[in-house]
Amino acid sequence: MALLEVTDLVKHFPVTRGIIMRHQIGTVKAVDGVSFSVDRGETLALVGESGCGKSTTARAVLRLIEPTSGSVRFEGEELTEASTERLRELRREMQIVFQDPYASLNPRMPVRTILTEPFKIHGLDPGDRVAELLSLVGLAPEHQGRYPHEFSGGQRQRVGIARAIALDPKLVVCDEPVSALDVSIQAQVLNLLEDIQDRLGLAYLFIAHDLSVVRHIADRVAVMYLGAIVEEAATDDLFEAPSHPYTQALISAVPVPDPRKERQRTPILLAGDVPSPLDPPSGCRFRTRCPKFALDLSPDERQRCIDEPPALIDRGTGHPAACHYAETVAVL
Amino acid sequence: MTPAGPEPLVSVEDLRVEFHTDAGVVKAVDGVSWSISPGETLGIVGESGSGKSVSAMALMGLIQQPPGKVTGKILFRGRDLLVASEDELRSLRGRDVSMIFQDPLTALNPVYKVGHQVAEVIQAHEKIGRIPARKRAVDLLVEVGIPNARIRADEYPHQFSGGMRQRAMIAMALALDPALLLADEPTTALDVTVQAQIMSLLSKLQEERGTAIVLITHDLGVVAGHADRVLVMYAGKVAEAAGADALFHAPRHPYTLGLLTSLARLDRRRTERLRPIPGQPPSLIRVPPGCPFHPRCPFATDICSKEMPPLTGGAAHIAACHHQDRVAEARAAAIEV
Repeated sequence: MALLEVTDLVKHFPVTRGIIMRHQIGTVKAVDGVSFSVDRGETLALVGESGCGKSTTARAVLRLIEPTSGSVRFEGEELTEASTERLRELRREMQIVFQDPYASLNPRMPVRTILTEPFKIHGLDPGDRVAELLSLVGLAPEHQGRYPHEFSGGQRQRVGIARAIALDPKLVVCDEPVSALDVSIQAQVLNLLEDIQDRLGLAYLFIAHDLSVVRHIADRVAVMYLGAIVEEAATDDLFEAPSHPYTQALISAVPVPDPRKERQRTPILLAGDVPSPLDPPSGCRFRTRCPKFALDLSPDERQRCIDEPPALIDRGTGHPAACHYAETVAVL
Repeated sequence: MTPAGPEPLVSVEDLRVEFHTDAGVVKAVDGVSWSISPGETLGIVGESGSGKSVSAMALMGLIQQPPGKVTGKILFRGRDLLVASEDELRSLRGRDVSMIFQDPLTALNPVYKVGHQVAEVIQAHEKIGRIPARKRAVDLLVEVGIPNARIRADEYPHQFSGGMRQRAMIAMALALDPALLLADEPTTALDVTVQAQIMSLLSKLQEERGTAIVLITHDLGVVAGHADRVLVMYAGKVAEAAGADALFHAPRHPYTLGLLTSLARLDRRRTERLRPIPGQPPSLIRVPPGCPFHPRCPFATDICSKEMPPLTGGAAHIAACHHQDRVAEARAAAIEV
C-alpha cells in the first residue's frame, strides 16, 4: 500500500461578482482531476510553471484548503472525510516546508519556541529534542534563543525544516523549498533534505518549478499543466525520454550551465501564454500552444485533440503521458 | 579586462560604490573594471549582495548621492559619465543606454496605457508628434512579438501577462535603438518557457541592431547560453573574468568552481551529492580581510587571510586568487568535461 494515494483530486475556486447580490460568474479550475501516489521513503516531484496548480494540489492533499472532490488516502485512511480532531492527529505524520521561511516562521518567537510548538500542540514533551533537531539540520544548539530575523535565508529554511521534522512525520510536503535561496545555499539545503530522508526514512512530495533541482532530488516526476498531470515517469526516464510535447518544451527551455552544449541546443519555443484556468481549452488543454498540434498533425488528428481529452496512459513510450500522439523525443 | 578587437563601447575603470549607513560603510562595488564592445554580450554573475546590480545602476546614474558615493570612471564612447551633468545623462539614458529590470510590473507605470509609455520614451528624445510617436510605439510592440499590438497598446500593464510586460519593457528600452542595453535579471521573474521566448527575442534584436548587452543574472545557465564573456562578482569585487567557454570549462577562481559544482544539473544523471560552498556570503559591512572568499574556500592558506590577491592572468582570462593553478588542477582532475 502506498503511503499517500491521491485519486481524482479536484479544487475549483468560484469567481464571484457583486457585494449584496453576490453571484458566481465562473470557476477557476486550479486542480482538475489529479491522481498520483507516493511510497514510503520516496520523493515524488510535482513540477510545472506558475498557475499549473502544483501548490494548490499540495495544500489540498494536506487539507490546508478543502478539496472540491476526490480522494486522498494516507496509510489507507481517507483524509477528505476525517474530522478536524482526527486531522490534527494525522498532521503529526504529514508536514510542510514552505518556500519563504521568513513568512512561515513567527517573527516574534525565538527558535526554541518555534520548535517546541509542534510538541505542545500534540501534548508531547519536547525534552532535549530542540537541541537535537537544531544539530540535525546543521544549526548550533546555541541558536535556540535567536529570532528568525537573526538568521540568513538558508538558515531560516533550516529552521523551517527542523519544525517540519520535529514530530518524525512520514511525509513532508516541500513547496519550492530552495527557490528563494542563492545557488551556493540551495545545494546546502538540498543535501540536508537528502540526509534527513536517509536518516528518518520519510517521503517527500516535492513541489518545484526548477527542473535541474528536480532531476537531482526526485525518484519520480509528475509534470502538471493547467490543473492536470500531463506526464509521469521515473526521473531519468522523464528527462531522457520525455513523451508529452509540453514536457519536451519545458526541458528544452531550461538552459544548462555549459556554453558548448548550449550552442548545440535550440529551445522549443511555445506560442503565447498559458490559457486562463477560468476557461481551459476543450479536449487537450495544451493544444493551443502545442508545437505538434500546430505543425505535425493532419486536420483529422487535430480534431481529436479538440474533441477528446487525452487520458494519462502509456501509449508505448514506457510511461504514462496525456497526449493522443505521445512519442519520445530527446531534447537534452 | 581589455578585449582584443574593436574600440570598447563602454569601459568601466576602478568603479567604487559606497553607501554610508548607521552600521558602517557598505562597499557595494569595490574597484571593479570591465569593458564591452558593440554587439557583444557581457554576463555579470554573482549572488545577492555581490554588487552586480549596483554597478548597472551606477552606469545609468541612478545611485542617489548621498547616501551613495560613486568613484572611478565610466567611459561611454570615451566620455566619462560620472562627471556628466544631469542634463547630459538624461539625454543619454534611453537614447544611448537603456535598462530592463527584473520586475516589469514595478518598472511600468500602472496608470498609463502601455502604448503611451512606449511613445513617451520616443517623444522625450525626439521632436515628434503624438500620432507618429504612437504609430512607432505600435510598430515596436509588433516587433517584440505582442499579438494584436494595436489593441494591446491601449491596455494597462496589469492587463498584460508577465512575459508580455517584459516584452513591453524591451520595446521601451529599444525604442531609440540604444548602443548599450543593461538587462538586470530580465527573466528571473518569468517561467522557464517564457524565459526562453524572451531570451531568444533579445538575441534576435541584438543581432539585427548590433546592441551591446550587459546581462546581469544569478542563473549560470542563462549566462552559458547567451554571454560571450562572463564576469563573476563576489562581495563587490571581480573574482574572475573570462570568455564563456573558458570560465565554464577551466575556471581559475575557487568561487567560480564552487558555483559550478554546487549546481544541480538537468543534463546529467545524478551520480553523487552536490558539493555546496560552505558558509554564506559575507556582510558587506564586515568583509573578511585579505581575499573576501577565504573563509569559505577549500584552497585557502595563510596568505589568503592577509593579502587581497590581485587580478592576474592574460587579457582573455583573469582571476583574483593566490592559488589559481591549484584550482585549475582540481577542476581538471575532479570533473568530467
